[in-house]
Amino acid sequence: MSATLEHSAAATAPAPAAAAEPVTMAGALNAAMADALANDPRVLVFGEDVGTLGGVFRVTDGLAARFGDDRVFDTPLAEAGIVGTAIGMAMNGLVPVVEMQFDAFAYPAFEQITSHLAKLRNRTRGRVSLPIVVRVPYGGGIGGVEHHCDSSEAYYAHTPGLRVVTPCTPGDAYHLLRQAIACPDPVIFLEPKRRYWSKEAVPAAAAAAIDQAVVRRPGQDVTLIAYGGMLATALETAAAATGEGWDVEVVDLRSLSPFDDATVAASVRRTGRAVVVHEASGFAGYGAEVAARLTERCFHYLEAPILRVTGFDIPYPPPSLEQHHLPSVDRILDAIARLQWDDHA
Amino acid sequence: MTTSPTIAERAAATLPPSASPLGLIDADGQPIDSPVLDLPPDDVLRELYRLMVVGRRVDAQATALTRQGKLAVYPSAHGQEACQVGAVLALREQDWLFPTYRDTMAVLTRRVDPAEALSLLRGEWHCGYDPYERRVAPQCTPLATSTLHAVGVAHAARVKQVDQAALVLLGDGATSEGDTHEALNFAGVWRAPVIFFVQNNGYAISVPLSKQTAAPALAYKGVGYGVRSLLIDGNDAAAVYAAVKSALAHASAGQGPTLIEALTYRVEAHTNADDAARYRDDAEVAAWLARDPLARLETCLRARGLLGDADVAGFGAEAEQCAAGLREAMSGEMNVEPADLFAHVYAGPTQTLAAEQEFLLAELAQTATTEGSPS
Repeated sequence: MSATLEHSAAATAPAPAAAAEPVTMAGALNAAMADALANDPRVLVFGEDVGTLGGVFRVTDGLAARFGDDRVFDTPLAEAGIVGTAIGMAMNGLVPVVEMQFDAFAYPAFEQITSHLAKLRNRTRGRVSLPIVVRVPYGGGIGGVEHHCDSSEAYYAHTPGLRVVTPCTPGDAYHLLRQAIACPDPVIFLEPKRRYWSKEAVPAAAAAAIDQAVVRRPGQDVTLIAYGGMLATALETAAAATGEGWDVEVVDLRSLSPFDDATVAASVRRTGRAVVVHEASGFAGYGAEVAARLTERCFHYLEAPILRVTGFDIPYPPPSLEQHHLPSVDRILDAIARLQWDDHA
Repeated sequence: MTTSPTIAERAAATLPPSASPLGLIDADGQPIDSPVLDLPPDDVLRELYRLMVVGRRVDAQATALTRQGKLAVYPSAHGQEACQVGAVLALREQDWLFPTYRDTMAVLTRRVDPAEALSLLRGEWHCGYDPYERRVAPQCTPLATSTLHAVGVAHAARVKQVDQAALVLLGDGATSEGDTHEALNFAGVWRAPVIFFVQNNGYAISVPLSKQTAAPALAYKGVGYGVRSLLIDGNDAAAVYAAVKSALAHASAGQGPTLIEALTYRVEAHTNADDAARYRDDAEVAAWLARDPLARLETCLRARGLLGDADVAGFGAEAEQCAAGLREAMSGEMNVEPADLFAHVYAGPTQTLAAEQEFLLAELAQTATTEGSPS
């Protein structure tokens, strides 16, 4: 075991053992952890209920039985404790992959994440590396009660030193998690709960590097920028928009921090119009950063102001009302319609 | 017919601290028989004394350097020498130390270079030393967060099956923070080889212990987590050393963590920016000065024939030499490089940070050109 914790920054994950059959996102994440555990004895998986139960979403199902209680285990119910002890384990040569049970239940770990996980490399001038993955099931759309549906990405993305990534498909979930585990930086790995049971075959190779955005659907007229749970809604919108005569390009950010300016700006320069979509509240939200960066870089290419379609600036609603809060296909189509098409014509 | 012990009987047999603080040398330098702690060997007693003499002098020098503007801030450990030297000297080479901002003396006892150790308080960089070189974590300024890191390091040692322990230093105020409780709980459940060493110096900046806890002693906080707990005289270096040695043996044998509460006193104010006269009186300070950790060990060593005038003079000269070295080191140029701001945020450069670094360096080059150009 290496005490220096040197990883190759360019490390790429090998292909999963069985890629041909469609798997759920939960299954793909499970396979990614299983392959990482099998390939690297330093990897540990722990958190609340992740052992015997296999996690409340069953994402760690069977891992404790296969790899033993020393490598996959339940912790006491304390999130700061989970992240804080993971930091110590990483300092002592291990590679922890920890689970926060739900988005809003990760907040007790906030100090450990922002003051220590994010800063220890910087504090020690690069001598201490923390290759830790914090998995956080996030977002709504599942009928969850209070505190089970937050989109907390902006808190993490605002913190220098953290990588923040989120997959939108089972295939990307597998590869992005392998990339996150291989990454020498701490990674906040946001799992869109509403996509846990979506299915597809896992491709043999990753769609892109850990810090790159991907064009999921090419188009000419407007760029829809989305990530995580909203990507599927963006793709649905793009399909519906063809009926309105718009050829929509959909960009999947994947990496919320660092931000892939090159890929996203290139798309917006091509189309001249952009809409950013996310579930989280709009005020001081992640979309504001995206819109500002694109305005700074693409102003002379823009035919219309960049619009945002986000959740309202309210605490996450109860299940009976969440459909009014979440960005919908119609709401995104309406935003596209407001992109000053008449001026252009 | 025997009955199995009750929960209370089982707990009482293994966990709670003693009714009064354990000690080996009293405030007057007289030996105390202890059924729990073993008096350290003669050479260790002498070494404890030597390091405390040096530590106190260096601490005073750092305070003086702060008044001269050479350090940004310095939280003195004057009065806590027995804790900082005794606990660290007990560690083995392979063990980890997790110090706080007040534990510079502990860091130096671990043989970290003084200039590197004071980098944080000088305002040069957040941590000036390589934590892996002496297995000393960066001095922690948030309270109690490092207790969890220490438990993690200790648990990793168990996973890797190496005989290694972690010693985390914390103060009385930090025992009120949630992380301390999570750390004690995790350590208890995992039987992690970790030692929680609470320097109870009476105050969290200005707030006295009576406003911090209703517990009869902080050491009792271990009991609820199934963690063996010791209450000791923190101004008795021999007791501190022996308690940490005992905790290490406990950890090394796979029996898990120990919480040690060491009763001591912060003789100086919280930092140079604090005014202790606002919350405590001179009589209280005087009473604690009469329990001085150095004086009692000197009396003890002299009585045992382990220390003479020549030794005292020699240690004093060595302390002066260390203070002079510190003055010289803190008068030198700081190791500061603007590009370092961006170099260690991530393992490699990012597009954004590369652009920001370029911006700053161009701004600096522009400033240099302007300042260098003839008017």
